[in-house]
Amino acid sequence: MIPAGRTDSVFSLLKIKPMTGSSFLSRLQQQFGEKITGSNLDAIDPWVEVAPDSLVEVAQFLRNDAELVFDLLNCISGVDYFIADPKKAAKAGWEPHIEVVYHISSISKKHSLVVKVKLPRWKDEQEGQLPEIASVSHIWRTADWHEREVYDLCGIRFTDHPDLRRILCPEDWVGYPLRKDYEMPLEYHGIRGR
Amino acid sequence: MALQMEDPRVIEFDVRTDEMLVNMGPQHPSTHGVLRLVLRTDGEIVSAVEPHIGYLHRCAEKIGENLTPRQWVPYTDRMDYLAGMNMNLGWALCVEKLLDHQLSEKAQHLRVIIAEMGRIASHLVGMAAYGLDLGSFSPFLYAFREREKILDLFEEACGARLTYSYITPGGCTADLPNGWLQRCSDFLDQFEPVIQDYHALLTTNAIFIKRTADIGTMSPQLAIQYGCTGPVLRGSGVDYDLRRDGEERYTEMYDGYAFEIIAERDGHYPKDHDYPPVPKDAVLGDSWHRFYVRMLEVVQAVDLVRQAIDRYSTALGDYGVPIKLTTKLPKGEAYLETEAPRGQMGFYLVSNGNSIPWRVRARSSCFCNLSVTAELCRGCLIADVPAIIGSLDIVMGEIDR
Repeated sequence: MIPAGRTDSVFSLLKIKPMTGSSFLSRLQQQFGEKITGSNLDAIDPWVEVAPDSLVEVAQFLRNDAELVFDLLNCISGVDYFIADPKKAAKAGWEPHIEVVYHISSISKKHSLVVKVKLPRWKDEQEGQLPEIASVSHIWRTADWHEREVYDLCGIRFTDHPDLRRILCPEDWVGYPLRKDYEMPLEYHGIRGR
Repeated sequence: MALQMEDPRVIEFDVRTDEMLVNMGPQHPSTHGVLRLVLRTDGEIVSAVEPHIGYLHRCAEKIGENLTPRQWVPYTDRMDYLAGMNMNLGWALCVEKLLDHQLSEKAQHLRVIIAEMGRIASHLVGMAAYGLDLGSFSPFLYAFREREKILDLFEEACGARLTYSYITPGGCTADLPNGWLQRCSDFLDQFEPVIQDYHALLTTNAIFIKRTADIGTMSPQLAIQYGCTGPVLRGSGVDYDLRRDGEERYTEMYDGYAFEIIAERDGHYPKDHDYPPVPKDAVLGDSWHRFYVRMLEVVQAVDLVRQAIDRYSTALGDYGVPIKLTTKLPKGEAYLETEAPRGQMGFYLVSNGNSIPWRVRARSSCFCNLSVTAELCRGCLIADVPAIIGSLDIVMGEIDR
Protein backbone atom coordinates (compact mmCIF):
# COMPACT_ATOMS: atom_id res chain seq x y z
CA MET A 1 0.00 0.00 0.00
CA ILE A 2 2.88 2.34 0.79
CA PRO A 3 4.61 3.42 -2.40
CA ALA A 4 8.37 3.63 -2.47
CA GLY A 5 9.91 6.97 -1.71
CA ARG A 6 7.70 7.76 1.28
CA THR A 7 10.19 8.01 4.03
CA ASP A 8 8.74 10.63 6.32
CA SER A 9 7.39 8.19 8.86
CA VAL A 10 10.79 6.51 9.08
CA PHE A 11 12.46 9.84 9.68
CA SER A 12 9.99 10.71 12.39
CA LEU A 13 11.29 7.71 14.34
CA LEU A 14 14.82 9.00 14.06
CA LYS A 15 13.74 12.51 15.02
CA ILE A 16 16.51 14.35 16.82
CA LYS A 17 15.47 15.18 20.34
CA PRO A 18 14.92 18.93 20.48
CA MET A 19 16.53 21.18 23.07
CA THR A 20 14.73 21.25 26.38
CA GLY A 21 13.67 24.11 28.63
CA SER A 22 16.60 23.77 31.01
CA SER A 23 19.20 24.17 28.28
CA PHE A 24 17.45 27.32 27.02
CA LEU A 25 17.37 28.72 30.53
CA SER A 26 21.04 28.05 31.26
CA ARG A 27 22.05 29.65 27.98
CA LEU A 28 19.92 32.70 28.65
CA GLN A 29 21.15 33.02 32.24
CA GLN A 30 24.71 32.73 31.07
CA GLN A 31 24.13 35.54 28.59
CA PHE A 32 21.84 37.87 30.49
CA GLY A 33 22.29 36.99 34.17
CA GLU A 34 19.87 38.88 36.35
CA LYS A 35 17.76 40.06 33.45
CA ILE A 36 16.13 36.62 33.47
CA THR A 37 13.83 37.28 36.39
CA GLY A 38 12.01 33.98 36.63
CA SER A 39 11.24 30.68 35.02
CA ASN A 40 9.14 27.59 35.37
CA LEU A 41 10.51 24.51 33.68
CA ASP A 42 7.94 22.15 35.21
CA ALA A 43 5.05 23.96 33.57
CA ILE A 44 3.28 22.28 30.65
CA ASP A 45 5.03 24.74 28.36
CA PRO A 46 8.31 25.77 30.04
CA TRP A 47 8.53 29.53 30.29
CA VAL A 48 11.18 32.13 30.98
CA GLU A 49 10.43 35.54 32.42
CA VAL A 50 12.47 38.46 31.18
CA ALA A 51 12.90 41.95 32.67
CA PRO A 52 10.91 44.44 30.54
CA ASP A 53 13.91 46.67 29.83
CA SER A 54 15.96 43.87 28.24
CA LEU A 55 13.24 42.18 26.18
CA VAL A 56 14.63 43.41 22.87
CA GLU A 57 18.17 42.15 23.54
CA VAL A 58 16.88 38.78 24.68
CA ALA A 59 14.59 38.52 21.65
CA GLN A 60 17.45 39.42 19.34
CA PHE A 61 19.66 36.80 20.97
CA LEU A 62 16.96 34.13 20.78
CA ARG A 63 16.47 34.79 17.10
CA ASN A 64 20.07 35.18 15.99
CA ASP A 65 21.95 32.69 18.14
CA ALA A 66 23.21 29.82 15.99
CA GLU A 67 21.97 27.16 18.41
CA LEU A 68 18.58 28.65 19.27
CA VAL A 69 17.37 30.18 15.94
CA PHE A 70 13.88 31.08 17.10
CA ASP A 71 12.86 32.32 13.68
CA LEU A 72 9.10 32.03 14.06
CA LEU A 73 7.07 34.16 16.45
CA ASN A 74 3.86 32.20 16.86
CA CYS A 75 1.81 34.43 19.05
CA ILE A 76 1.79 37.39 21.38
CA SER A 77 -0.91 37.42 24.03
CA GLY A 78 -1.72 39.82 26.81
CA VAL A 79 -3.08 38.36 30.04
CA ASP A 80 -4.56 40.64 32.64
CA TYR A 81 -4.25 39.51 36.27
CA PHE A 82 -6.73 41.55 38.24
CA ILE A 83 -9.67 40.79 40.51
CA ALA A 84 -11.96 43.65 41.42
CA ASP A 85 -13.31 42.07 44.60
CA PRO A 86 -10.68 42.78 47.33
CA LYS A 87 -11.60 39.66 49.33
CA LYS A 88 -11.07 37.37 46.36
CA ALA A 89 -7.99 39.31 45.28
CA ALA A 90 -6.33 38.61 48.65
CA LYS A 91 -6.70 34.86 48.01
CA ALA A 92 -5.44 34.99 44.44
CA GLY A 93 -1.78 34.59 45.34
CA TRP A 94 -0.50 37.30 43.02
CA GLU A 95 -0.36 41.07 42.88
CA PRO A 96 -2.39 42.68 40.10
CA HIS A 97 -0.26 42.86 36.98
CA ILE A 98 -0.41 42.28 33.28
CA GLU A 99 1.62 39.73 31.36
CA VAL A 100 2.75 39.76 27.77
CA VAL A 101 3.38 36.21 26.60
CA TYR A 102 5.50 35.49 23.54
CA HIS A 103 5.27 32.01 22.07
CA ILE A 104 8.26 31.44 19.83
CA SER A 105 9.52 28.43 17.96
CA SER A 106 12.17 27.44 15.50
CA ILE A 107 11.38 25.99 12.11
CA SER A 108 14.87 24.61 11.50
CA LYS A 109 15.59 23.36 15.02
CA LYS A 110 12.01 22.32 15.80
CA HIS A 111 11.86 23.54 19.37
CA SER A 112 9.74 26.13 21.10
CA LEU A 113 9.80 28.38 24.13
CA VAL A 114 7.53 30.76 26.00
CA VAL A 115 8.88 34.16 27.02
CA LYS A 116 6.93 36.25 29.48
CA VAL A 117 7.20 39.85 30.52
CA LYS A 118 5.44 41.17 33.61
CA LEU A 119 4.20 44.73 33.51
CA PRO A 120 2.27 46.89 35.96
CA ARG A 121 -1.38 47.30 35.05
CA TRP A 122 -0.93 51.04 34.67
CA LYS A 123 2.23 53.00 34.07
CA ASP A 124 3.42 54.69 37.31
CA GLU A 125 0.26 53.30 38.98
CA GLN A 126 -1.75 56.08 37.37
CA GLU A 127 -4.99 54.70 36.02
CA GLY A 128 -5.37 55.43 32.33
CA GLN A 129 -1.63 55.52 31.66
CA LEU A 130 -0.87 52.46 29.56
CA PRO A 131 2.08 50.29 30.58
CA GLU A 132 4.92 50.31 28.08
CA ILE A 133 7.13 47.64 26.59
CA ALA A 134 9.51 47.80 23.67
CA SER A 135 8.24 46.48 20.37
CA VAL A 136 9.85 43.43 18.78
CA SER A 137 8.33 44.08 15.37
CA HIS A 138 11.77 44.81 13.87
CA ILE A 139 12.94 41.35 14.97
CA TRP A 140 9.86 39.38 13.90
CA ARG A 141 7.52 41.14 11.50
CA THR A 142 4.67 38.99 12.80
CA ALA A 143 4.80 41.11 15.92
CA ASP A 144 3.57 44.14 13.98
CA TRP A 145 -0.06 43.06 13.85
CA HIS A 146 0.04 41.01 17.00
CA GLU A 147 1.24 43.98 19.02
CA ARG A 148 -1.49 46.10 17.53
CA GLU A 149 -3.98 43.51 18.64
CA VAL A 150 -2.59 43.34 22.18
CA TYR A 151 -2.62 47.14 22.32
CA ASP A 152 -6.20 47.18 21.08
CA LEU A 153 -7.60 44.55 23.41
CA CYS A 154 -5.34 44.58 26.46
CA GLY A 155 -4.09 48.15 26.54
CA ILE A 156 -0.32 47.81 26.41
CA ARG A 157 1.70 50.43 24.59
CA PHE A 158 4.53 49.06 22.47
CA THR A 159 7.17 51.72 22.14
CA ASP A 160 8.97 52.05 18.78
CA HIS A 161 6.14 50.25 17.03
CA PRO A 162 5.91 51.61 13.45
CA ASP A 163 2.14 52.04 13.40
CA LEU A 164 0.41 51.41 16.73
CA ARG A 165 -3.31 51.71 16.03
CA ARG A 166 -6.32 49.69 17.02
CA ILE A 167 -6.76 46.74 14.70
CA LEU A 168 -9.94 44.84 15.59
CA CYS A 169 -12.01 47.48 17.37
CA PRO A 170 -13.00 50.74 15.66
CA GLU A 171 -10.48 53.55 15.97
CA ASP A 172 -12.66 55.59 18.32
CA TRP A 173 -13.43 52.73 20.68
CA VAL A 174 -13.02 53.50 24.37
CA GLY A 175 -11.37 51.04 26.72
CA TYR A 176 -9.47 47.79 26.41
CA PRO A 177 -11.94 44.89 26.25
CA LEU A 178 -9.73 42.08 27.50
CA ARG A 179 -8.88 43.89 30.72
CA LYS A 180 -10.69 42.30 33.63
CA ASP A 181 -12.13 45.62 34.82
CA TYR A 182 -13.46 46.56 31.38
CA GLU A 183 -17.02 47.76 31.19
CA MET A 184 -19.06 47.69 28.02
CA PRO A 185 -19.89 51.22 26.89
CA LEU A 186 -23.56 52.05 27.29
CA GLU A 187 -23.75 53.53 23.86
CA TYR A 188 -21.63 53.66 20.71
CA HIS A 189 -22.71 56.03 17.92
CA GLY A 190 -26.34 55.60 18.81
CA ILE A 191 -26.12 51.81 19.18
CA ARG A 192 -27.22 50.57 22.58
CA GLY A 193 -24.48 48.60 24.31
CA ARG A 194 -26.49 46.87 27.01
CA MET B 1 16.88 71.08 -31.73
CA ALA B 2 16.09 72.25 -28.24
CA LEU B 3 12.56 71.70 -27.08
CA GLN B 4 10.42 74.78 -26.60
CA MET B 5 7.60 75.03 -24.10
CA GLU B 6 5.06 75.32 -26.91
CA ASP B 7 6.33 72.12 -28.41
CA PRO B 8 3.53 69.52 -28.33
CA ARG B 9 5.99 66.83 -27.36
CA VAL B 10 6.64 68.54 -24.06
CA ILE B 11 2.99 68.42 -23.16
CA GLU B 12 2.89 64.77 -23.93
CA PHE B 13 5.83 64.12 -21.64
CA ASP B 14 4.18 66.23 -19.02
CA VAL B 15 1.07 64.05 -18.77
CA ARG B 16 1.32 62.19 -15.54
CA THR B 17 -1.12 60.26 -13.45
CA ASP B 18 -1.84 61.35 -9.94
CA GLU B 19 -1.71 58.98 -7.04
CA MET B 20 -5.16 57.87 -6.14
CA LEU B 21 -6.54 56.05 -3.11
CA VAL B 22 -8.89 53.24 -4.08
CA ASN B 23 -11.04 51.51 -1.53
CA MET B 24 -11.48 47.81 -2.13
CA GLY B 25 -14.07 46.26 0.11
CA PRO B 26 -15.35 45.63 2.71
CA GLN B 27 -18.13 44.42 0.41
CA HIS B 28 -15.94 43.45 -2.50
CA PRO B 29 -16.63 39.88 -3.66
CA SER B 30 -12.98 38.98 -4.15
CA THR B 31 -11.84 39.98 -0.70
CA HIS B 32 -13.26 36.78 0.82
CA GLY B 33 -15.58 38.36 3.30
CA VAL B 34 -15.38 41.69 4.98
CA LEU B 35 -11.83 42.75 4.31
CA ARG B 36 -11.16 46.32 3.32
CA LEU B 37 -8.06 47.18 1.36
CA VAL B 38 -6.95 50.73 0.78
CA LEU B 39 -4.86 50.76 -2.37
CA ARG B 40 -2.58 53.64 -3.23
CA THR B 41 -2.47 53.47 -6.98
CA ASP B 42 -0.53 55.22 -9.67
CA GLY B 43 -2.47 54.40 -12.82
CA GLU B 44 -2.68 50.64 -12.86
CA ILE B 45 0.25 50.16 -10.52
CA VAL B 46 -0.38 49.64 -6.83
CA SER B 47 2.25 51.38 -4.76
CA ALA B 48 0.95 50.52 -1.30
CA VAL B 49 -1.78 48.38 0.20
CA GLU B 50 -3.19 48.70 3.65
CA PRO B 51 -5.57 46.02 4.90
CA HIS B 52 -8.21 47.07 7.42
CA ILE B 53 -9.71 44.24 9.41
CA GLY B 54 -12.07 43.89 12.33
CA TYR B 55 -15.46 44.01 10.60
CA LEU B 56 -16.24 40.50 11.78
CA HIS B 57 -14.88 40.83 15.31
CA ARG B 58 -17.19 38.85 17.60
CA CYS B 59 -15.20 39.04 20.85
CA ALA B 60 -14.61 35.26 20.91
CA GLU B 61 -11.71 35.60 23.35
CA LYS B 62 -13.72 37.67 25.80
CA ILE B 63 -16.63 35.22 25.58
CA GLY B 64 -14.18 32.42 26.31
CA GLU B 65 -13.49 33.96 29.72
CA ASN B 66 -17.11 33.37 30.67
CA LEU B 67 -17.67 29.84 29.41
CA THR B 68 -16.26 26.44 30.23
CA PRO B 69 -14.01 24.87 27.57
CA ARG B 70 -16.74 22.60 26.26
CA GLN B 71 -19.17 25.46 26.03
CA TRP B 72 -16.63 27.40 23.99
CA VAL B 73 -16.30 24.68 21.33
CA PRO B 74 -19.09 26.17 19.13
CA TYR B 75 -17.21 29.47 19.08
CA THR B 76 -14.14 27.79 17.62
CA ASP B 77 -15.89 26.45 14.54
CA ARG B 78 -17.39 29.85 13.88
CA MET B 79 -13.87 31.25 13.55
CA ASP B 80 -12.74 29.37 10.48
CA TYR B 81 -16.20 28.38 9.33
CA LEU B 82 -14.87 26.54 6.30
CA ALA B 83 -12.83 24.15 8.42
CA GLY B 84 -14.89 23.88 11.59
CA MET B 85 -13.70 20.35 12.32
CA ASN B 86 -10.05 21.37 12.32
CA MET B 87 -10.74 24.32 14.61
CA ASN B 88 -12.60 22.06 17.06
CA LEU B 89 -9.64 19.72 16.98
CA GLY B 90 -7.16 22.48 17.86
CA TRP B 91 -9.17 23.62 20.84
CA ALA B 92 -9.91 20.07 22.01
CA LEU B 93 -6.22 19.17 21.96
CA CYS B 94 -5.31 22.34 23.84
CA VAL B 95 -7.80 21.58 26.63
CA GLU B 96 -6.66 17.97 26.73
CA LYS B 97 -3.09 19.16 27.04
CA LEU B 98 -3.97 21.18 30.12
CA LEU B 99 -5.97 18.30 31.59
CA ASP B 100 -3.32 15.78 30.53
CA HIS B 101 -6.09 13.66 29.09
CA GLN B 102 -5.10 10.68 26.95
CA LEU B 103 -7.29 9.43 24.16
CA SER B 104 -7.77 5.86 23.03
CA GLU B 105 -6.22 4.75 19.78
CA LYS B 106 -9.61 4.53 18.13
CA ALA B 107 -10.53 8.08 19.08
CA GLN B 108 -7.30 9.33 17.54
CA HIS B 109 -7.89 7.57 14.24
CA LEU B 110 -11.43 8.91 14.21
CA ARG B 111 -10.02 12.41 14.57
CA VAL B 112 -7.62 11.85 11.68
CA ILE B 113 -10.51 10.78 9.44
CA ILE B 114 -12.59 13.79 10.39
CA ALA B 115 -9.76 16.34 10.31
CA GLU B 116 -8.49 15.23 6.90
CA MET B 117 -11.99 15.19 5.44
CA GLY B 118 -12.33 18.70 6.77
CA ARG B 119 -9.09 19.61 5.06
CA ILE B 120 -10.40 18.34 1.72
CA ALA B 121 -13.62 20.33 2.10
CA SER B 122 -11.72 23.46 3.07
CA HIS B 123 -9.21 23.24 0.23
CA LEU B 124 -12.05 22.67 -2.23
CA VAL B 125 -13.59 25.97 -1.19
CA GLY B 126 -10.18 27.62 -1.31
CA MET B 127 -9.69 26.39 -4.85
CA ALA B 128 -13.24 27.25 -5.93
CA ALA B 129 -13.07 30.77 -4.54
CA TYR B 130 -9.69 31.31 -6.14
CA GLY B 131 -11.16 30.39 -9.50
CA LEU B 132 -13.96 32.89 -8.90
CA ASP B 133 -11.45 35.60 -7.99
CA LEU B 134 -9.73 35.10 -11.31
CA GLY B 135 -12.97 35.15 -13.26
CA SER B 136 -13.57 31.49 -13.87
CA PHE B 137 -16.91 30.32 -12.56
CA SER B 138 -17.09 26.63 -13.44
CA PRO B 139 -14.44 25.27 -11.02
CA PHE B 140 -16.64 26.64 -8.26
CA LEU B 141 -19.51 24.37 -9.31
CA TYR B 142 -17.25 21.35 -9.68
CA ALA B 143 -15.72 21.91 -6.25
CA PHE B 144 -18.99 22.52 -4.46
CA ARG B 145 -20.52 19.41 -5.99
CA GLU B 146 -17.89 17.29 -4.23
CA ARG B 147 -17.84 19.38 -1.05
CA GLU B 148 -21.55 18.80 -0.72
CA LYS B 149 -20.89 15.07 -0.40
CA ILE B 150 -18.37 15.67 2.39
CA LEU B 151 -20.88 17.86 4.18
CA ASP B 152 -23.47 15.10 3.82
CA LEU B 153 -21.05 12.70 5.50
CA PHE B 154 -20.40 15.20 8.28
CA GLU B 155 -24.11 15.76 8.69
CA GLU B 156 -24.58 12.04 9.18
CA ALA B 157 -21.86 11.98 11.82
CA CYS B 158 -22.85 15.00 13.88
CA GLY B 159 -26.01 16.58 12.52
CA ALA B 160 -24.48 19.84 11.32
CA ARG B 161 -23.23 20.89 7.94
CA LEU B 162 -21.06 23.89 8.70
CA THR B 163 -20.57 24.49 12.42
CA TYR B 164 -20.02 21.00 13.68
CA SER B 165 -18.76 21.15 17.28
CA TYR B 166 -18.12 17.45 16.71
CA ILE B 167 -14.62 17.09 18.08
CA THR B 168 -14.75 18.20 21.70
CA PRO B 169 -12.28 18.03 24.59
CA GLY B 170 -12.16 14.36 25.51
CA GLY B 171 -13.11 12.89 22.17
CA CYS B 172 -16.07 13.35 19.86
CA THR B 173 -19.71 13.96 20.64
CA ALA B 174 -20.82 10.70 19.04
CA ASP B 175 -19.45 7.64 17.32
CA LEU B 176 -19.75 7.30 13.57
CA PRO B 177 -23.09 5.85 12.44
CA ASN B 178 -23.33 2.39 10.90
CA GLY B 179 -22.04 2.14 7.38
CA TRP B 180 -20.39 5.57 7.51
CA LEU B 181 -16.90 4.23 6.82
CA GLN B 182 -18.15 2.40 3.75
CA ARG B 183 -19.88 5.52 2.44
CA CYS B 184 -16.74 7.53 3.18
CA SER B 185 -14.48 5.20 1.22
CA ASP B 186 -17.02 5.08 -1.60
CA PHE B 187 -16.82 8.84 -1.70
CA LEU B 188 -13.02 8.77 -1.80
CA ASP B 189 -13.04 6.28 -4.67
CA GLN B 190 -15.39 8.50 -6.56
CA PHE B 191 -13.60 11.72 -5.61
CA GLU B 192 -10.02 10.79 -6.47
CA PRO B 193 -10.46 10.79 -10.28
CA VAL B 194 -12.32 14.11 -10.06
CA ILE B 195 -9.13 15.81 -8.86
CA GLN B 196 -7.86 15.40 -12.42
CA ASP B 197 -10.75 17.62 -13.53
CA TYR B 198 -9.62 20.33 -11.14
CA HIS B 199 -6.12 20.14 -12.55
CA ALA B 200 -7.54 20.47 -16.05
CA LEU B 201 -9.81 23.36 -15.03
CA LEU B 202 -7.26 25.39 -13.11
CA THR B 203 -3.84 23.99 -12.28
CA THR B 204 -2.77 23.46 -15.88
CA ASN B 205 -5.09 26.03 -17.45
CA ALA B 206 -3.04 28.45 -19.55
CA ILE B 207 -5.04 31.51 -18.48
CA PHE B 208 -4.84 30.51 -14.85
CA ILE B 209 -1.08 30.08 -15.10
CA LYS B 210 -0.76 33.48 -16.78
CA ARG B 211 -2.72 35.09 -13.97
CA THR B 212 -0.85 33.42 -11.10
CA ALA B 213 2.67 32.44 -12.16
CA ASP B 214 5.28 34.85 -10.85
CA ILE B 215 2.62 36.95 -9.13
CA GLY B 216 3.07 37.76 -5.47
CA THR B 217 6.34 35.91 -5.11
CA MET B 218 7.35 35.39 -1.51
CA SER B 219 10.77 34.23 -0.42
CA PRO B 220 11.01 31.67 2.39
CA GLN B 221 12.69 34.28 4.61
CA LEU B 222 9.86 36.73 4.11
CA ALA B 223 7.28 34.04 4.82
CA ILE B 224 8.94 33.08 8.09
CA GLN B 225 9.49 36.72 9.08
CA TYR B 226 5.76 37.38 8.80
CA GLY B 227 4.84 34.14 10.51
CA CYS B 228 3.09 32.71 7.46
CA THR B 229 2.21 29.07 7.92
CA GLY B 230 0.44 26.25 6.18
CA PRO B 231 0.26 26.11 2.39
CA VAL B 232 1.46 29.73 2.21
CA LEU B 233 4.73 28.77 3.90
CA ARG B 234 5.12 25.48 2.09
CA GLY B 235 4.38 27.18 -1.21
CA SER B 236 7.63 29.08 -0.63
CA GLY B 237 9.51 25.81 -0.38
CA VAL B 238 9.78 25.54 3.41
CA ASP B 239 9.39 21.93 4.46
CA TYR B 240 7.45 22.44 7.67
CA ASP B 241 4.20 20.82 8.66
CA LEU B 242 3.02 20.43 12.24
CA ARG B 243 1.58 17.02 11.47
CA ARG B 244 5.19 15.88 11.40
CA ASP B 245 7.05 18.64 13.26
CA GLY B 246 4.50 19.70 15.83
CA GLU B 247 4.06 18.80 19.44
CA GLU B 248 3.93 15.17 20.39
CA ARG B 249 0.35 15.41 21.56
CA TYR B 250 -0.60 16.32 18.00
CA THR B 251 1.91 14.31 15.96
CA GLU B 252 1.09 11.07 17.80
CA MET B 253 -2.27 11.19 16.02
CA TYR B 254 -0.36 10.71 12.76
CA ASP B 255 2.15 8.18 14.08
CA GLY B 256 2.65 5.38 11.63
CA TYR B 257 0.82 7.10 8.80
CA ALA B 258 2.69 7.24 5.53
CA PHE B 259 2.61 10.74 4.13
CA GLU B 260 5.11 13.10 2.67
CA ILE B 261 4.95 16.81 3.40
CA ILE B 262 3.88 18.71 0.31
CA ALA B 263 6.67 21.19 -0.36
CA GLU B 264 9.29 21.62 -3.01
CA ARG B 265 12.48 19.88 -1.94
CA ASP B 266 15.58 19.64 -4.11
CA GLY B 267 13.73 21.35 -6.92
CA HIS B 268 10.75 19.01 -7.12
CA TYR B 269 7.53 18.12 -5.35
CA PRO B 270 6.86 14.64 -3.93
CA LYS B 271 6.56 12.07 -6.70
CA ASP B 272 4.22 9.64 -4.95
CA HIS B 273 1.36 10.41 -7.33
CA ASP B 274 0.97 11.50 -10.88
CA TYR B 275 0.86 15.24 -10.29
CA PRO B 276 0.69 17.72 -13.16
CA PRO B 277 4.07 19.25 -13.97
CA VAL B 278 5.10 22.69 -12.71
CA PRO B 279 4.80 25.19 -15.58
CA LYS B 280 8.04 26.86 -16.57
CA ASP B 281 6.67 30.35 -15.85
CA ALA B 282 5.99 29.55 -12.22
CA VAL B 283 8.54 30.70 -9.66
CA LEU B 284 8.80 29.08 -6.26
CA GLY B 285 6.79 31.09 -3.75
CA ASP B 286 4.35 32.65 -6.21
CA SER B 287 0.57 32.42 -6.17
CA TRP B 288 0.56 29.38 -8.43
CA HIS B 289 2.76 27.38 -6.06
CA ARG B 290 0.56 28.23 -3.07
CA PHE B 291 -2.44 26.96 -5.03
CA TYR B 292 -0.56 23.88 -6.17
CA VAL B 293 0.43 22.92 -2.62
CA ARG B 294 -3.25 23.07 -1.66
CA MET B 295 -4.26 20.86 -4.55
CA LEU B 296 -1.58 18.32 -3.69
CA GLU B 297 -2.66 18.33 -0.08
CA VAL B 298 -6.11 17.25 -1.19
CA VAL B 299 -4.58 14.14 -2.73
CA GLN B 300 -2.53 13.62 0.40
CA ALA B 301 -5.61 13.98 2.58
CA VAL B 302 -7.45 11.35 0.52
CA ASP B 303 -4.56 8.97 1.20
CA LEU B 304 -4.56 9.78 4.90
CA VAL B 305 -8.31 9.23 5.26
CA ARG B 306 -7.97 5.83 3.54
CA GLN B 307 -5.22 4.82 5.94
CA ALA B 308 -7.20 6.15 8.90
CA ILE B 309 -10.31 4.19 7.90
CA ASP B 310 -8.27 0.97 7.86
CA ARG B 311 -6.82 1.70 11.27
CA TYR B 312 -10.05 2.91 12.80
CA SER B 313 -11.97 -0.20 11.88
CA THR B 314 -9.46 -2.45 13.65
CA ALA B 315 -8.42 -0.17 16.53
CA LEU B 316 -9.31 -0.84 20.13
CA GLY B 317 -10.93 1.50 22.60
CA ASP B 318 -13.88 3.88 22.40
CA TYR B 319 -14.46 6.93 20.24
CA GLY B 320 -13.62 9.18 23.19
CA VAL B 321 -16.15 10.37 25.69
CA PRO B 322 -16.28 14.16 26.04
CA ILE B 323 -15.27 15.67 29.37
CA LYS B 324 -18.04 16.94 31.63
CA LEU B 325 -19.34 20.40 30.88
CA THR B 326 -18.08 21.73 34.20
CA THR B 327 -14.81 19.82 34.51
CA LYS B 328 -12.44 21.72 36.78
CA LEU B 329 -9.31 22.80 34.97
CA PRO B 330 -6.00 22.47 36.77
CA LYS B 331 -4.08 25.65 37.51
CA GLY B 332 -1.67 26.41 34.71
CA GLU B 333 -1.52 27.30 31.08
CA ALA B 334 -1.24 25.42 27.84
CA TYR B 335 -0.53 26.46 24.27
CA LEU B 336 -0.96 24.14 21.37
CA GLU B 337 -0.82 24.60 17.62
CA THR B 338 -2.28 22.30 15.05
CA GLU B 339 -2.00 22.22 11.30
CA ALA B 340 -5.36 23.55 10.16
CA PRO B 341 -5.98 23.78 6.40
CA ARG B 342 -5.00 27.45 6.36
CA GLY B 343 -1.95 27.20 8.56
CA GLN B 344 -0.97 26.78 12.16
CA MET B 345 -3.92 27.38 14.39
CA GLY B 346 -2.92 27.90 18.00
CA PHE B 347 -4.97 28.03 21.16
CA TYR B 348 -3.69 29.38 24.45
CA LEU B 349 -5.55 28.57 27.63
CA VAL B 350 -4.75 30.10 31.02
CA SER B 351 -6.53 28.63 34.01
CA ASN B 352 -6.55 29.63 37.65
CA GLY B 353 -8.11 26.38 38.84
CA ASN B 354 -11.76 27.05 38.07
CA SER B 355 -13.84 25.33 35.46
CA ILE B 356 -13.96 28.59 33.51
CA PRO B 357 -10.65 29.65 31.94
CA TRP B 358 -8.95 32.83 33.09
CA ARG B 359 -7.94 33.71 29.57
CA VAL B 360 -8.46 32.17 26.17
CA ARG B 361 -6.44 33.19 23.15
CA ALA B 362 -6.70 32.06 19.58
CA ARG B 363 -3.67 32.46 17.35
CA SER B 364 -5.09 32.76 13.90
CA SER B 365 -3.14 31.52 10.91
CA CYS B 366 -4.91 33.78 8.41
CA PHE B 367 -4.18 36.79 10.61
CA CYS B 368 -0.45 36.30 10.03
CA ASN B 369 -0.90 35.21 6.42
CA LEU B 370 -2.86 38.36 5.64
CA SER B 371 -0.33 40.67 7.27
CA VAL B 372 2.09 39.90 4.45
CA THR B 373 -0.20 41.36 1.74
CA ALA B 374 1.22 44.86 2.09
CA GLU B 375 4.60 43.43 1.22
CA LEU B 376 3.40 41.20 -1.63
CA CYS B 377 1.17 43.75 -3.35
CA ARG B 378 3.71 46.55 -3.52
CA GLY B 379 4.31 47.33 -7.18
CA CYS B 380 1.81 44.90 -8.63
CA LEU B 381 -1.14 45.68 -10.92
CA ILE B 382 -4.59 46.29 -9.50
CA ALA B 383 -5.85 43.15 -11.24
CA ASP B 384 -3.20 41.14 -9.42
CA VAL B 385 -4.40 42.16 -5.96
CA PRO B 386 -7.31 39.66 -5.96
CA ALA B 387 -4.94 37.03 -7.36
CA ILE B 388 -2.58 37.54 -4.43
CA ILE B 389 -5.25 37.77 -1.74
CA GLY B 390 -6.99 34.71 -3.14
CA SER B 391 -3.79 32.69 -3.13
CA LEU B 392 -3.44 33.32 0.62
CA ASP B 393 -6.88 31.69 1.07
CA ILE B 394 -8.06 33.79 3.98
CA VAL B 395 -11.23 33.48 6.01
CA MET B 396 -12.21 36.69 7.74
CA GLY B 397 -14.03 34.90 10.54
CA GLU B 398 -10.73 33.53 11.70
CA ILE B 399 -8.82 36.78 11.34
CA ASP B 400 -11.25 38.91 13.33
CA ARG B 401 -12.42 36.18 15.69
